Amino acid sequence: MPPRPRPRPRVAVVVFPGSNCEQDVAYALNWLGLDSAYVWHGDHSLDGFGAVVLPGGFSYGDYLRCGAIARFSPIMDAVTRFARAGRPVLGICNGFQILAEAHLLPGALLRNAGLKFICRDVALRVEARCDWLDAPTGSVLHLPINHNEGNFVCDSATLDDLRADDRVIVRYCDEEGRTDGVSAPNGALDNIAGITNAARNVFGLMPHPERAVDPTVGGSDGQLVFQSLLQQFTQEVF
Amino acid sequence: MSVIADLPAQEGPELATRLGLKIDEYEHIMRILGRVPTVTELYMYSLMWSEHCSYKHSKKYLREFPTSGAHVLQGPGENAGVIDVGDGWAVAFKMETHNHPSAIEPYEGAATGIGGIIRDIFTMGARPIACVDSLRFGSLDKPRQRYLFEGAVAGIGGYGNCIGVPTVAGEVYFEDAYEGNCIIGAMAVGLMRADSITRAQASGIGNKIVLIGSTTGRDGIGGASVLASQEFDEGAEAKRPAVQVGDPFTEKLLIEACLELLDADLLVGLGDLGAAGLTSSASEMASRAGVGLDIDVSAVPQRERAMQPFEIMVSESQERMLAVCTPQNLDKVLAIGAKWGLLSTVIGEVTDTGNFVVREGDAIRAEMPALSLADEAPEYDPELAEPAYLKELQNTDLSTLEHPAGLDALTTHFKELLGSHNICSRRWIYEQYDQQVMNNTVVLPGGDAAVIRIGQTGRGAVTDRGIAISADCNGRYVYLNPRRGAAIACAEAARNVACTGAAPVAITDCLSFGSPEKPEVYWTFVEAIRGLAQACRAFDVPVISGNVSFYNESFGQPIYPTPCVGLVGTLDSLDQRCTIAFKDAGDTIVLIGETLDELGGSEYLKLRFGLVAGDAPALDLELERAVQEVVRGLIRKGISKSAHDCSEGGVAVALAECAIAGRMGFEVALDDGLEDAVSLFSESQSRIVVSCAPDDTDAVLDACEARGVPFAVLGDTGGTWLRIVDKVNLSLAEATQVWTSSLEDAVRQ
Repeated sequence: MPPRPRPRPRVAVVVFPGSNCEQDVAYALNWLGLDSAYVWHGDHSLDGFGAVVLPGGFSYGDYLRCGAIARFSPIMDAVTRFARAGRPVLGICNGFQILAEAHLLPGALLRNAGLKFICRDVALRVEARCDWLDAPTGSVLHLPINHNEGNFVCDSATLDDLRADDRVIVRYCDEEGRTDGVSAPNGALDNIAGITNAARNVFGLMPHPERAVDPTVGGSDGQLVFQSLLQQFTQEVF
Repeated sequence: MSVIADLPAQEGPELATRLGLKIDEYEHIMRILGRVPTVTELYMYSLMWSEHCSYKHSKKYLREFPTSGAHVLQGPGENAGVIDVGDGWAVAFKMETHNHPSAIEPYEGAATGIGGIIRDIFTMGARPIACVDSLRFGSLDKPRQRYLFEGAVAGIGGYGNCIGVPTVAGEVYFEDAYEGNCIIGAMAVGLMRADSITRAQASGIGNKIVLIGSTTGRDGIGGASVLASQEFDEGAEAKRPAVQVGDPFTEKLLIEACLELLDADLLVGLGDLGAAGLTSSASEMASRAGVGLDIDVSAVPQRERAMQPFEIMVSESQERMLAVCTPQNLDKVLAIGAKWGLLSTVIGEVTDTGNFVVREGDAIRAEMPALSLADEAPEYDPELAEPAYLKELQNTDLSTLEHPAGLDALTTHFKELLGSHNICSRRWIYEQYDQQVMNNTVVLPGGDAAVIRIGQTGRGAVTDRGIAISADCNGRYVYLNPRRGAAIACAEAARNVACTGAAPVAITDCLSFGSPEKPEVYWTFVEAIRGLAQACRAFDVPVISGNVSFYNESFGQPIYPTPCVGLVGTLDSLDQRCTIAFKDAGDTIVLIGETLDELGGSEYLKLRFGLVAGDAPALDLELERAVQEVVRGLIRKGISKSAHDCSEGGVAVALAECAIAGRMGFEVALDDGLEDAVSLFSESQSRIVVSCAPDDTDAVLDACEARGVPFAVLGDTGGTWLRIVDKVNLSLAEATQVWTSSLEDAVRQ
């Protein structure tokens, strides 16, 4: 009997109370042909899912500190196990903040240097590859940012590690891709916009790739982030 | 059992007066009840009969608005109006002000303004999909105005961003007239299926009344009567406790929980608790259904100790909703509330008595006909008198003014206008707002109108249709000519929407004025309504919702009369949308419409001469309609590659904005025979600057001629300079710099 094709793994989009980009992520995934399902923060299992996205928003109202309460949601134990098993985990904006609070990614996201919320398109230089982003190093992407706390910081030893292991995936840059002398819109250390863990399967970034998948509403550079997931899944299946 | 008398007869009139009721009104209450009211009853009447809740000074003239039409599914009278936007989709929208709270505490005042208007939308069963802000402050040269401006913008962003609703459009003016009384208007738009409109009704005898959301505290007690229905004086700071504090996280949970309840068809009715809290929400829901209610205040979850029944009934604590369901569905309703971590509590039930009964355990604290609270407020017909200033200002002789002459002087003035706070880029504001969440914002802020795709991306239901939204009102025009100025507000909103390719469908209005008890102020109110109504008829855009805010005065000085219009139009195909940006070098620039000698009320006049004088620009509604139809037709045929209306700063500023947005210069000539400064900066209405491929120029001109619309071929796009022959010569880089940074520079001074 010929092997039956396995169904394409679904992507879990975790919904915390106060998440507000989960529908946008699901839309972007669907637009690219990836199946997804919402997983409530109170659930305990990610069985049957091939990847997990923690979407943007204001989980628990960002009260206390961004992501500080959400990291204690029941689903986070499953997310941690999923991440440690080397499976793909993506945190966008508030999702990045939650991953940092959960220590699945290093560093912390402080209030923007200008003390204002910022919503605008930014230029990002691709610095390295990870399981989520497979674009030529040095290429410039345009994605929107939308946050009040995107000012990435970490201690110098961590920064050294991030640099040495090429774990900084995207940096804020100018239109020509320069980062020298270009300050990050939010004041982020070393212009860091997105990083990966040592195993390169957990990716957190402040910009919103899901807003730049459907060209009708915001460009197409965000497709790259999810496209590599699509390729991985396709390889697994066939 | 009967109501427990707790107000000695001789103290009644005094308490009534303190609560803002007139003695006549107090006597009317005694006649309705046939006895002295209780303290709780008097509080409830004072709120429901306040100007803010009862529209007692405006009702008579509001009836002059057209409110129905082919696309109207719900007109005024509910929490928001609803229009049909095609393919089974409907859009609910409404605008409201939160002026008085914001003038005292800008962040929370503005934030709770957003919260309130958002609740009005999802109460209707619509998912909120867009916010729009309409702001007025005094000059940014004054530190307090900068504080108010920064605080209000942060509050709008802080609330709207958190609940995940994009803020996509808006308008702001800075005028001395708003110094003591800013305007913070917020409009919200929601999307639903046309067959699923929910109404705020409490029908079904024996049905349960469930309070969902936040606990009830002493915050905002008397907000509608103390803040919104009186003018400001030295005591304004002491009114700070009457400003509510917003909790957008709870609001977000409320949106999701309520929409889930409605999706599951578990509710009979849903209402939000806004001004006058539980009193207004419950009495309006009962009066619409013609039923009675029995509410036990001791069941209401309270955040403070020893709250009196009247305090619970009129508290304006935010983020609360009132749901009505059958006893059979009650468990399911409570379960959904629990899922979202919200308090859901049964506080009473629907009765067949027609009476609104408020009890505290066994003790009856109030009992009155529900109808009398919601619908029997007195109606006034105040005195009218044309203000003396009008003729004087309108007749100001502007012909003797000495205008700048020559390229250099005119360019300098042009540059100053680009940096004027009433003209320059609003980027500093809208970058603090999430403009994109929901993945449906097709045209972002910064143009004439926002365009939002119709669809629910989260459910994979996306269409090729869109709505365009614009909010407009130049208060200076209304001050100089109330009737025409109000009509211009509507005309400009329709024109802005036309510049995206959309057809206007309906409006919401937000009428901010001084005290209606002053005949001169009231005259401007009535004139403005008539002007607005006339324009609504001309563009066939009924008024489907709105709000009146009176007593916008400080130290006896009223604001400019400000009838703000929020207009929604529809776009049949998003492929046919248009933006203000010049697209390709070498395109032909055409001015559709005609520039007249109209400097009255212009930004140029204010900036150069410090004058707010003359008459508002003329408005020919027939011509306006024709201009809009021509441009809409050109966009739909793909001929017009950009379109931008001429407003403050005239054609010169309009051209500059198209250039800055398109990062492309232009070279044009204005051969209209007018004085140079007039030609550049006159604010004549019914003008739109379009660009098209050179080969299409004839098609543009033919379309204009066919409708008898005047036009002028001005020149071409391209290069890196803004060049108006003999009048202006400025580099695109410099223009962009001035226009973009001016607002931020002002805030940071």
